[in-house]
Amino acid sequence: MSLLPVLPVIIPLLTAALSLAMARHRTLQRGLSLAGSAGLVAAAVTLLATVRHEGIIAVEIGSWPAPFGIVLVADMLSAIMVLASSLLGLSVVVYALGNVDQARVSFGFHPLFHALLMGVCGAFLTGDLFNLYVWFEVMLMASFVLLALGGEKNQLAGAFKYVTLNFIASSFFLTGIGLLYGKTGTLNMADLAQKTASQSDSGLMLTSAMLLFLAFGIKAAVFPLFSWLPASYHTPPTAVTAIFAALLTKVGVYALIRMFTLVFIQNTALTHGLILGVSAATMVVGVLGAAAHFDIRRILSFHIISQIGYMTLGLGFFTVAGIAGAIFYVVHNMIVKTNLFLAGGIVNHLRGTFNLKYLGGLYRAYPLLAFLFLVSALSQAGVPPLSGFLAKLMVIRAGLAVGEYALVAVALAVGILTLYSMTKIWTEAFWKEPPTEYPSGEKNTPAGVPWLLLAPVMALTALTIGLGLFPESFIQMTQEAAEQLMDRTAYIRAVLGPVP
Amino acid sequence: MNSLLLQAAAKIVVPIQLIFSLLTLLRGHNLPGGGFIGGLLAATAFLLLAVAHDVDRARRRMCVPPRWLMTGGLLVALSSGLWGTLTGAAFMTGHWWPDFTLPVMGGLKLGTPLLFDCGVFLVVWGITTEIAFHVMEES
Repeated sequence: MSLLPVLPVIIPLLTAALSLAMARHRTLQRGLSLAGSAGLVAAAVTLLATVRHEGIIAVEIGSWPAPFGIVLVADMLSAIMVLASSLLGLSVVVYALGNVDQARVSFGFHPLFHALLMGVCGAFLTGDLFNLYVWFEVMLMASFVLLALGGEKNQLAGAFKYVTLNFIASSFFLTGIGLLYGKTGTLNMADLAQKTASQSDSGLMLTSAMLLFLAFGIKAAVFPLFSWLPASYHTPPTAVTAIFAALLTKVGVYALIRMFTLVFIQNTALTHGLILGVSAATMVVGVLGAAAHFDIRRILSFHIISQIGYMTLGLGFFTVAGIAGAIFYVVHNMIVKTNLFLAGGIVNHLRGTFNLKYLGGLYRAYPLLAFLFLVSALSQAGVPPLSGFLAKLMVIRAGLAVGEYALVAVALAVGILTLYSMTKIWTEAFWKEPPTEYPSGEKNTPAGVPWLLLAPVMALTALTIGLGLFPESFIQMTQEAAEQLMDRTAYIRAVLGPVP
Repeated sequence: MNSLLLQAAAKIVVPIQLIFSLLTLLRGHNLPGGGFIGGLLAATAFLLLAVAHDVDRARRRMCVPPRWLMTGGLLVALSSGLWGTLTGAAFMTGHWWPDFTLPVMGGLKLGTPLLFDCGVFLVVWGITTEIAFHVMEES
């Protein structure tokens, strides 16, 4: 039983270790990679069901008691995030079987992919601030190699920017951790929450809050710290970009939600006010950046930034409804954004380019692909009855409830601009007449869309439709998660035992 | 590089380095040392072979491919963590076997933390040689 919250870390580790040894046996490695991801999904489902049924689970690693040792804590938020990540991990693994070339596979694509999943799950589950830093580094190392794998020139340029900015984020993170530890003498998140609750607001707390905000802000790619994202995301193979889009920025958002509901709530007028301002700027700048581009992957990369704004907006409102909206938004966006990248990758597979100028006429040749892309694009823009509509609705209603009308207006306007830029991709790539000139000089016509690429896109499209049509139980879960976050006593009690 | 001096020296130095790396690994629980630095020392022994002779010879002497060392190390480290869960305790709970004494090295405390260190030793040894061999083969 005490193994359950550790499983989302153990399973990817085991898969990574075994697939490392099977570099020469292609079929075996593929099967193992699939089985590992499926096992992770099963563990994540069990974890979510158990947490929902029995409440927050905390495990003291190595049996060292709580404020001193490291704890893994699975509350509703962690369990939801682990489940969403594992589902996307599974679909991207299937896609990668048809998308990642043999050279990259033999250099260790599969072990690295599972190492990335391990880092992400560890970051979602840990209840210790320094341990969170360690998981961030695991994630950073795995993602850095995945990004640079293949060694093409633009890949290395992108990877360099990515790793430099993320190292800067890590140093901010460490400085913030150091200040907090000096002030409170603990890094256990529940203990931190308890110790800082009694303290009146002080400059030192605010300083560490801002340092951590910077660190997580760079990871989450909020304004004005996002420049690493559009510089690097368009360079690796589609499967890698898709899993990055699904997981990396969302871990930053998760860390923001965790720390700014559990620990840094002494001066919410200032800290959460800042989050609101940054969110609005993130939404606007991201969507405007997307409007200026003509490469599918670059447009989608800027939309990641813009969508992050909605998630942090929900956090900034700092109400149960706002945070529930943020969590719903995170999950919805993970599904839809990954799906758009995967579908974009199929377009590239068919036509050999991501540039909208050289695309067109795909609707006539591949109506199913056009439909799948359209559903995700509309879902991202927030058209009912898809999951994006509900996600936006939850965040916006939370905003209206606290009277932030200006921010709600910004969110709605950005929604319209998102719709514009999604229809731009769709009409340019699928609807307009096929172009007469091609970048490589000749037309690239493969036989059809391989099932390995199409199946994950269909599954994720079904997921966004399903989440839109039958949202009740999931909204209920996000509500429970948000209630746990706003009322911190359950979390603190699960980790430290009953408060005397 | 084809230096007779280096090749002759390697013949003597490599075994000493390997023994020293094991000693470093074993004393690491309470004293400076441990799996990481021990693994690096073991890797340098084979790198010396690769520099003195060539990469192929170093690979042959290692008997197992570096990747297998990495896999084996990860599995050993993981099993040391899982040992505690067999008895119902939390993941990575330490478990100690009774002490015993070896003739030369003195008292030895065996437990899952040492097993974990052995895993680290193998992973570091494997990954260092894997990277270095690749770089040497490319240049």
